[in-house]
Amino acid sequence: MTRQLAVPQWSVPVLTMVALVVAWQAFTVVFPIPVWLLPSPVAIANVTAEWQQQLPLHIGVTLYETLAGFLLAIAVAVPLAVLIVFSSFLAQTIYPILVVLQSVPKVAIAPLLLVWIGYGELPKILVVFLVAFFPIVVSTATGLIAVEPDMLDMVRSLSASRLQTFVKLRFPAAMPHIFVGLKVAMTLAVVGAVIGEFVGSDRGLGYLILVSTAQINTPLAFSAMVLLSVMSILLFYGVEGLERLVIPWARED
Amino acid sequence: MASLIEIEQIGKVYQSRGRESIRALDGIDLAIEANEFVTIVGPSGCGKSTLLKMIGGLLAPSSGTIRLDGREVRAPSRDVGIVFQSAVLMCWRTVLDNVLLAVEILGLDRQTYRARARELLALVGLAGFEQRLPRELSGGMQQRAAICRALVYNPRVLLMDEPFGALDALTREELALELLRIWDEDKKTVLFVTHSIPEAVLLADRVVVMTPRPGRVADVIRVDLPRPRTMDMEFTPEFKACSDAIRAHIYAGRDARVVPA
Repeated sequence: MTRQLAVPQWSVPVLTMVALVVAWQAFTVVFPIPVWLLPSPVAIANVTAEWQQQLPLHIGVTLYETLAGFLLAIAVAVPLAVLIVFSSFLAQTIYPILVVLQSVPKVAIAPLLLVWIGYGELPKILVVFLVAFFPIVVSTATGLIAVEPDMLDMVRSLSASRLQTFVKLRFPAAMPHIFVGLKVAMTLAVVGAVIGEFVGSDRGLGYLILVSTAQINTPLAFSAMVLLSVMSILLFYGVEGLERLVIPWARED
Repeated sequence: MASLIEIEQIGKVYQSRGRESIRALDGIDLAIEANEFVTIVGPSGCGKSTLLKMIGGLLAPSSGTIRLDGREVRAPSRDVGIVFQSAVLMCWRTVLDNVLLAVEILGLDRQTYRARARELLALVGLAGFEQRLPRELSGGMQQRAAICRALVYNPRVLLMDEPFGALDALTREELALELLRIWDEDKKTVLFVTHSIPEAVLLADRVVVMTPRPGRVADVIRVDLPRPRTMDMEFTPEFKACSDAIRAHIYAGRDARVVPA
């Protein structure tokens, strides 16, 4: 029989992370690895402290691009999914276009957006939008279609109109599916913002990575990377928190 | 005087592309009186659920007509409430809101019907569960709530499509007796589809026995057991006579099969 240790649930992943960082630090101390190749956690922490005046601007820009693109994706994807589900004509015309669009690598579209729109935040927001858009359309459409046939018969037996069926049944029933799409889209959105910044920008965490690696300032690149992943994780859990708030009934236990 | 529900020469053919069409129902004639409790029993695939859906206006017959109170059924009607095999409760609505869903969709006044919804829930033993979510309820309790939803707007006809089929045997008996109690207090015309012979006999004034595909009416058996019905009636000669008659029809087309008494 295994004995259960009385440790809080969060402590295991946290301790694993801490152990990894300590091992990394020890590794860089024991072996003579140049700092431009693999900086130690301490070196990364130091450069982060040095840059504490400038970093908030870069964080803010990337966060803004990510959230603006993400919200734009929701605003367009959800209504579009509704149209696709309710009109077979639109399903046959729009859906193939979406699939083609999705199959084009966003990294390839980003330079074009630069040509068309120029610098500034807008082209980055559009890359985020393009990246985040598809998972939301697919998950929303799936959710709207996947309603139990008996459930549909039930509302039909009450002579429900199409609008009533949508508002009272299809949309709420689709919510858990929609949130699956939102969570996938949220993590992709951060990647989209970085791609946008890589192609041409003068600020943001992606820009910082590009510039610091060009100057062989590897610790700063690592610092920006860590900040990006922290941002990504927080945004993901933000969506999950929102999910728990909006659809508490869908909680699994 | 005409019957409340008149079913005349109803047939249903399912067309499937590239394959032979399937005749699910053929020449069904049936008349159901107001406030009568009729059960429909038959083997799987005999089209009994199809028949129920057509009476509920959810499905159009391929031939024949169904009249409800003299008018032909073409679409779902306010006069009919349906209980399905699964409770189909909306998991995001509380029990009370699930019952009131029918009221909302029909455009009736929520405030007026709230009291009736609470009464019905109390009648089926769900008092105190009004604000719970469906997932906090057992299968039997969920089906009770579904019955309340079908009754809340006071339809004249209650159609039940194997409503207790997914429940365990004990809950099933309990709910059957409860349904009879509700019916006794608030008389409706009930059409109840089942494939349990004892259930069919226990509940019914008349049992409609159907043949396998294409579904036809093999016989209509009157059950003359006194009401209120109880579980121990199952051992009376009258009950046995009815079940034997049903069994004889259902197994008629098959090899001589010994059915232990």
